[in-house]
Amino acid sequence: MASARHAFPAGLVLDAHKRHALEAPIVPLPAPASVVLALDQGSGSVLEPVVAVGQDVALGAIVARAIDPFGATLHASVSGRVKAIETRESASEFGECVCIELANDGRDALEPGLRRQEALTLEPPELVERLREAGIAGLGGAAFPTATKLAAARERGARRLLLNGAECEPWICCDDAVMRAEAGEIVFGARVLMRALDAVECVIAVEDDKPEAIEALRQALATTDAGGVAVDVVPAVYPRGAERQLISAVMGVEVPARGLPAEVGLTCQNVATAAAVARWARTGEPCLSRVVTVTGSGVARPVNVRARLGTPIAALVAAAGGYRGDPLRLIAGGSMTGRALTSDEVGLTKAINCVLVATREDLAPRLDAYELPCIRCGDCATVCPPGLLPQQLHRAVLAGQDEAAVTLGVWECIDCGCCDYVCPSQIPLALRFREARARLRDREAATARAAVARERFERHEHRLQEAALAEQQAFDAARALARGSGDQGAT
Amino acid sequence: MNLDAILIACVVAAALALIVGGALGWAASRLPPATDQLVERIDAMLPQTQCAQCGYPGCRPYAEAIARGEAEIDRCPPGGDHTVRALAELLDREPRALDPAYDRPDQGALVAWIDEERCIGCARCLPVCPVDAIVGAPRHMHTILAERCTGCELCLAPCPVDCIELRPAQAIRHRWHRAA
Repeated sequence: MASARHAFPAGLVLDAHKRHALEAPIVPLPAPASVVLALDQGSGSVLEPVVAVGQDVALGAIVARAIDPFGATLHASVSGRVKAIETRESASEFGECVCIELANDGRDALEPGLRRQEALTLEPPELVERLREAGIAGLGGAAFPTATKLAAARERGARRLLLNGAECEPWICCDDAVMRAEAGEIVFGARVLMRALDAVECVIAVEDDKPEAIEALRQALATTDAGGVAVDVVPAVYPRGAERQLISAVMGVEVPARGLPAEVGLTCQNVATAAAVARWARTGEPCLSRVVTVTGSGVARPVNVRARLGTPIAALVAAAGGYRGDPLRLIAGGSMTGRALTSDEVGLTKAINCVLVATREDLAPRLDAYELPCIRCGDCATVCPPGLLPQQLHRAVLAGQDEAAVTLGVWECIDCGCCDYVCPSQIPLALRFREARARLRDREAATARAAVARERFERHEHRLQEAALAEQQAFDAARALARGSGDQGAT
Repeated sequence: MNLDAILIACVVAAALALIVGGALGWAASRLPPATDQLVERIDAMLPQTQCAQCGYPGCRPYAEAIARGEAEIDRCPPGGDHTVRALAELLDREPRALDPAYDRPDQGALVAWIDEERCIGCARCLPVCPVDAIVGAPRHMHTILAERCTGCELCLAPCPVDCIELRPAQAIRHRWHRAA
């Protein structure tokens, strides 16, 4: 089955834990009484609100816009009144960010002007702009604006599209559910994305542990106008779904370190993103909801739900039958790269693909583990997907040797956590590398600030010297004048 | 025959040595002296707060003093241990702790802040700011350009009404991962 094309350096075969949540179809969740829309939806870019407290907004109205290319336009996921705009706990990287709370008036009054798009006949640049306006972002977990990716690909002439349906991380199965239920939509979305790219070829990559999804996609391709779309089955290995790893596995090309996939002629989008694109094209509905897996041993009935953005995590857990047993951690994301939350009042964002309510048994045996010294066994190096030497990198990071850390590839680390998983000394390697990157960025910023300060100091000194010189010259001139007039008086 | 080969080799080697030596001598006389480059490199390692805590009126004067061998490398509190280590490596000296005479508790990044209610617009803080980060004019309220302020504290002493204080700089948040 596995050909050379699918050869995949390192990685791990992990217990999937996906079966239970996939037993029932996707449950559509009713709109909650209020939604909390985080202004950082997960891409790290904080949006700027365009509404004020007390203002009434319609369903689908824009509530916040991006100030850089890394943020996606955010829309009201319910109709109602803006109750608050304030800093709250969020699932974003810094644990908190400014959020807009909307009180739902229950009417779902739709913003006028949202209508079906003739997406397959629009001019590609116009199509990209409309996707930007619709706030479509990567639903695979990064929430990176789709339009920005498409624009970068167009700029570099990347003509191939890769749809990522690998979904390799344990527990997460929302993409699988979407592929089973909305295969036709994914194919249609793929064709819209191909139009935006002027692409002629599209591959939907799915891991071989999702036979139902593969079958659904094949049927959709057989019954509709496929137009250059094909399905490719890849062996299930974590982290297959990481962009670079998937590209090297399916397309057989390496994306250069710190480069973009567009540089090797292709663009990667998540399958759920393609489904969201299709939804927008058919109805004009911007990105207002997403499918999310609610799972873990700490919930009664693991399930996939379609929920409005901003729906409190508590409501998602309730849809899964509520908490069960002794839940220990509430995690946004999967068991390998997820982030623990301290409250279930956090609102759903475009980036949250899974809510994992983990009990002690889910987290064992790592939970009670404590860090021991590195014994240099090299297990981390054998599983590292980008092929780094985590133990060497760890030594460099601990010793504060920034240059060595960069040489050893601290920027090439994809934060997958495979090294943590296999480390017999339970060293939190991925976390250390993440901290090191933050420190390096801080230092880079400090260096940039220092350069500005140096320039300003030099100009300041120069100006003071000029002023002193001018004063001296004026003094000399006055004295010369005084002497001159004195001489004249003498003669 | 063999002797000839040796002779030729010697002549060629001698000629090469002469040519290269001449070129190096010419370059040394024409190119800027090494101390300037050394000053540049030392200056690049200093944090550019221009705070004068080292006893020199700015980072570059301190860098010049180090290059001349007049000052030790352990006098820069804002740079901290990181800077001392970097300088030690550059100058091939033993790294050492910050000189206690110059050491101060690390308070993190600070920026000056003017209580605009109390500012009388005397303009005395304007010329002392080494990076021109204070905006103001006589009898007009002053304010700090927080992004340019290096937190050097030089503006505190001249203020007659003590309306300037140092506050923690707003933390710059960086994403751990971001596409280029």
